[in-house]
Amino acid sequence: MADFLDKLPLPAFLKPAETGGHYGVIGDFDTPEALLRAIRTARTAGYTKFEAYTPFPIHGIDDAMGEPRSPLGRIVVVCALIGLSAAVLLQWWTAAVDYPLIIAGKPLFAIEPSIPIIFELAVLLSAFGAVFGMLALNKLPAYYHPAFNFSRWAGASNDRFLLAIEAIDPKFNPGEIKVLMDSLGSRCTELVEA
Amino acid sequence: MADLALDPRAELNPTLVQGDATYAGVTDAISVITESKPPKQWYYAMAVAIPLAGLLFFCLGYLVINGIGVWGNNSPVGWGWDITNFVWWIGIGHAGTLISAILFLFRQRWRTSINRAAEAMTLFAVACAGIYPLFHTGRPWRAAYWLFPMPNELLGMWQNFRSPLMWDVFAVSTYATVSALFWYVGLVPDLATLRDRAKGLRQQIFGILSLGWRGSARQWKHYELAYLILAGLSTPLVLSVHSIVSFDFATSVIPGWHTTIFPPYFVAGAIFSGFAMVITLMVLARWVYNLQHLITIKHLENMCKVILATGMIVGFAYGTEFFIAWYSANQYEKFAFINRAFGPYAWAYWSMIACNVISPQFFWFKKVRTSIPAMFILAIFINIGMWFERFVIIATSLHRDFLPSSWGYFSPTWVDVGTFAGTMGLFLTLFLLFLRFLPAIAISEVKGVLHNQLVSKKGGH
Repeated sequence: MADFLDKLPLPAFLKPAETGGHYGVIGDFDTPEALLRAIRTARTAGYTKFEAYTPFPIHGIDDAMGEPRSPLGRIVVVCALIGLSAAVLLQWWTAAVDYPLIIAGKPLFAIEPSIPIIFELAVLLSAFGAVFGMLALNKLPAYYHPAFNFSRWAGASNDRFLLAIEAIDPKFNPGEIKVLMDSLGSRCTELVEA
Repeated sequence: MADLALDPRAELNPTLVQGDATYAGVTDAISVITESKPPKQWYYAMAVAIPLAGLLFFCLGYLVINGIGVWGNNSPVGWGWDITNFVWWIGIGHAGTLISAILFLFRQRWRTSINRAAEAMTLFAVACAGIYPLFHTGRPWRAAYWLFPMPNELLGMWQNFRSPLMWDVFAVSTYATVSALFWYVGLVPDLATLRDRAKGLRQQIFGILSLGWRGSARQWKHYELAYLILAGLSTPLVLSVHSIVSFDFATSVIPGWHTTIFPPYFVAGAIFSGFAMVITLMVLARWVYNLQHLITIKHLENMCKVILATGMIVGFAYGTEFFIAWYSANQYEKFAFINRAFGPYAWAYWSMIACNVISPQFFWFKKVRTSIPAMFILAIFINIGMWFERFVIIATSLHRDFLPSSWGYFSPTWVDVGTFAGTMGLFLTLFLLFLRFLPAIAISEVKGVLHNQLVSKKGGH
């Protein structure tokens, strides 16, 4: 089955990972500082596929992980422009084209009275862009994720700072990673099922 | 819970969470409220709120069956308590957005313990506000044809987008939607915390609500930017909403309404009344859930200062209105304002002045700003005063039409009174349910504040 899927021109995320049924190794750290140190060390050691799980956003973690900036801002700008144009089109087309009706001798379409709705629709679509764009970039909702299999997962939303080195990493070797994480202060390092 | 008090010098040195607080301690203190049976006070409050909410549904049902003639509105006062209540509720909502968005952009860390509850207050206030214009149409099930951009069935005719009432529909519905999104996005990481603590059905429910949030570094990266953008969008939005609400009046040619001061004056009034409502609710929440250590005197004192500042803006605006009425040398304008202060509604006008101009002056004194009973009573007075402000603007400007033959006097009916009391019941019911079932304080944000503090304590910064 896996061979058959490999031959199809599918995007990588639809193919089963060739990992021997493991998500990766997760280590459990006490503080954000310990986690940041572990991330920097893992990167220096040549690991590239890793992820950190924390109960609150940690300042400087993106730099430590070498993460690019979020593209969400550009998504929101596009949404704002769509909202703005939709509002202009709606007000112009309904009042000046589809059903022209003179009210109090005013022009059928003018920019001044159209501004409030232009502004509101631009804000509305921008907010949709920000929220749904964020969810899409984060691939949410996603009700299953192998990281949930970690025996101390609940700590990630409470007071623990987890580092996962994933099985898709070319250098993946559970034994070596466990030694590395333990030496960096992990309280519990586990090989986690996919 | 006792270890989570705020330091009074918070703004100077961000020691916002006091004592030997730990991340797990923050999680426990806030989650435990949603996981255990509510205290007795919660049931007492619910016993008041639910019958009132029931009264709302009774009054609305009575209105739908009999028509809007059951309200006191009639020519010449076509807008009575309904629009007064609409503007009042919308204004109350604005403090929630101010706390969650504007104070976030200004990096006011003290907002962290109160922003979640204030945002919930916004949502429920806007829901209560929306009821009035919707039911003022008389046939709310047909309101979509009047409110949303849909042509009617008979003539294929569109709404008049040049009308401020249509702007208002777009402003208020955008505001409700964006506030709901902002609130929910803020809740997601905390719902995941509750999910990870729960078992069985509760875990499944919070699992679904939390959308599978994992708190991975990549997720936080997009999340933080989304939150910042929402704050940035909500800030001009909240200013636009009350400006547009004021356009409902200001773009008309009624003396007393047709003034350019309305947008800023309405926004200041909204923030003024909204903070008074936040104080009312926070004092109640502290009483119901013993949250004295999370919502501290420092928070309440800061809000009293905002009330003092916005209250003086409102007082200044009252003065400006009178000055312009005289300075414009327009006899209709002059009559409208003299009539407002000394005509048949003088009792309402002077109640407004007493509540809105005089009562906030007590907040000059630190003793008053730090006394719970004093600020609670003053906040109630301000809530009443701001209701009177909207009533005075609406009723006094309408009841003296241009021809003395069309002069009148507005009196509310029992349905008016019942509907207004009913929305208070609905508001209180929703707020108590929120306190009971959802994390009322933003867990992940408080941890972020705690982390900064732990780092600075070690001399890291």
